[in-house]
Amino acid sequence: MKKKGNQSLWMSGNEAIALGASEAGVKVASGYPGTPSTEIMENLSKYEDVYTEWAPNEKVGLEVALGASFAGVRALATMKHVGVNVAADPLFTASYTGVRGGLVVLTADDPEMHSSQNEQDNRNYAFAAKLPMIEPSDPSEAKELLKEAFNLSEQLDCPVMFRITTRIAHVKGVVGRGEQGVSAVEKGIEKIPAKFVMLPGNAKLRRVEVEKRMAKTRELAETLTCNRVEDGDTKRGFITAGVSYLYTKEAFPDAKVLKLGMCWPLPEKKIREFADSVDELIIVEELDPFLETHIKAMGIECTGKAMVPSQGELNTAIVRKSIDPQSASGLFPPVELPMRPPNMCAGCPHRGIFYNLSKMKLFVSGDIGCYTLGVLPPLSAMDSCVCMGASVSVAHGMAKALGEGSHDKIVSVIGDSTFVHTGINSLINSVYNGSASTLIILDNRTTAMTGQQHNPATGYNIKGEAATEIDLEALCRAVGVKHVYVVNPHEVSESKKVLKEAVELDEMSVVISKAPCVLTPAMKKQKHIPFVTKDENCNGCKACVGLGCPAISWIGMTPEEIEAKGYRKKQKGIAHINAVQCNGCGQCVEVCKFDAIVEEEK
Amino acid sequence: METKGNILFAGVGGQGILLASEVIAYSLLADGFDAKKSEVHGMAQRGGSVTAQLRYGKQVYSPLIEPGTADILISFEQMEAVRYLPYLHDESKVIVNSQQIFPPSVASGQLEYPENVLSRIKDKGVKLIEVDAFGLAREAGEVKAANVVMVGVASHYLPLDPSRYVEVIETRIPERFREVNLKAFQAGRETIG
Repeated sequence: MKKKGNQSLWMSGNEAIALGASEAGVKVASGYPGTPSTEIMENLSKYEDVYTEWAPNEKVGLEVALGASFAGVRALATMKHVGVNVAADPLFTASYTGVRGGLVVLTADDPEMHSSQNEQDNRNYAFAAKLPMIEPSDPSEAKELLKEAFNLSEQLDCPVMFRITTRIAHVKGVVGRGEQGVSAVEKGIEKIPAKFVMLPGNAKLRRVEVEKRMAKTRELAETLTCNRVEDGDTKRGFITAGVSYLYTKEAFPDAKVLKLGMCWPLPEKKIREFADSVDELIIVEELDPFLETHIKAMGIECTGKAMVPSQGELNTAIVRKSIDPQSASGLFPPVELPMRPPNMCAGCPHRGIFYNLSKMKLFVSGDIGCYTLGVLPPLSAMDSCVCMGASVSVAHGMAKALGEGSHDKIVSVIGDSTFVHTGINSLINSVYNGSASTLIILDNRTTAMTGQQHNPATGYNIKGEAATEIDLEALCRAVGVKHVYVVNPHEVSESKKVLKEAVELDEMSVVISKAPCVLTPAMKKQKHIPFVTKDENCNGCKACVGLGCPAISWIGMTPEEIEAKGYRKKQKGIAHINAVQCNGCGQCVEVCKFDAIVEEEK
Repeated sequence: METKGNILFAGVGGQGILLASEVIAYSLLADGFDAKKSEVHGMAQRGGSVTAQLRYGKQVYSPLIEPGTADILISFEQMEAVRYLPYLHDESKVIVNSQQIFPPSVASGQLEYPENVLSRIKDKGVKLIEVDAFGLAREAGEVKAANVVMVGVASHYLPLDPSRYVEVIETRIPERFREVNLKAFQAGRETIG
């Protein structure tokens, strides 16, 4: 535990990793925003002496970092767990080329899927790509081990993977400042085709180097200080890593523990010795039985997933109760309450489009972003969502399967940042292979879900400086889309007309819905006049309530109340706008046919 | 005085939970405690249920509060306080802002906001402190300072001298909001004699 002197800081794991990268002397860092990794790059961009950027996707980000490493500087690529799937292509071959400057590939996994579409365990990537993987337990250790990872990368001549999880990224803890690290590698161009040009002849030779390096890494793992034994009661011994270590220490404070700071490759000798020193060996790990499988493969007897769940996050209570079921204590039972799922903000431009789509009876092939919330009632206007960029290609595949006459039944919906991420290549495919579907690009001028990051379509870089802005309309035309429309989604009726026209075309069409996210700083500063309901005009038709805007609520009334207040007999209540929450987008004014929504009078 | 504790913050995205938890965390750290805090980012922040979990003591391992071990629950919304009932124990203190925010299912008229929702906590015999944090914050000069009003109330149940919070507000909050936050803290503190 760090002493809390003047040098100690209170930081999230992601802030600590940014500090660690700075202390490690990282010169180039590239990433794509993705919860829970986003704040690493955001914070690192505030440090001097390090070049940072938002890449359009994780593959590009990793290749940029690899290039920087080839040029002899320390480089970092950050991404969320599913981002590694996108970056897997360069990752697996960078394992062969090795590095010059230290290269760390950071994966932020999301057990429990707090903000993700799956909970894949990226430790499996270290095994598959034959790369070392470091796994810290808390912010303080994350910073220290990140620096260690850069040293290892240069020492072993390979990228080092660095795995964190949500409960490290978004946990705050006490972190100490450290010494500035130095790279032994010299910056500059070095031509080493046998190492960097992976044509089969060279790759076959590098393949041999990969195995030599992993053998060397296994040796090194035996002596690494981050793989440490903590003495204790030997009745039960625990092998654990990452945040699971913290839960284990709390659930079984007196037990002997082998804490692995490097979860791949494993220190076989150390594990065997540890196993021999305890009566019963238990592996505590989140998600897959990764350590357990590889330890069992060594012929060492242990238990793990037979008790500890392999789905969702762990915590101290789960670890304790799964291993000692009799320790379960009585809790106040949960109360059944209306759920409170996330919702698009009041004034969100996406709402206007989804409101229209919900009336158009189409199959909506969706994508990853705030707009995925369009699936929730009352809009309920999304029918599939798989991964970044899939909206366009899934719609194309469906249209091809269903054949002629299907083009006006399927649309795809994608955000600006996601379109640039991997939607463009899907659109090229749709045009090239003769799709007649409609793609709606929800251009809200930001990467909203992850917390307002810039992207190539916003016109600003990671530091907020002016950058070349992609002209989405021109891009769509350039790849061969003949019908490109731009609409203001707040103009609900006009948007509907355009959407209908686009959907009916028998050639590929794109509708760009252009209006800024209400959370962008510019929009937050802008003065807006909120709308309010004119109760006497409201006839309770619920059209505005159907928008699902958090500022609009329904006030149900009894027939007596209706009569007393002089409303129409058939009416069951009235709509009400909370002027404090209203962002003045005016979509509800558009859908109200009875002039019951007006600007608030000052 | 307790030398360790678990504080659970609950509310709805955008209510200022993170700032409240930061003021308390910095105050505990200044007093020499170790602490860890878990936050929620990303999708859940868009108007959904959010929590922050703050644990303090001599040495804190896990960043997550176990069910049945939250010593203080600071909830910025009534129903959200009840949602975390399984985290409470007999001696917990529940500080709840009297505000009600309707979730989409209630706002659209499909479900009703549970009547007298806080009775679910009172019935268990757990200490409940209801605060009109908005009213007090408005009197202090800024509705948005409701979160610091809640900190003021919670300060009665934490092992720190009030000067710790004042120091933190004076050093960590931008100058133009300082005065109003100091007033909000005092207002919260004075709700309990």
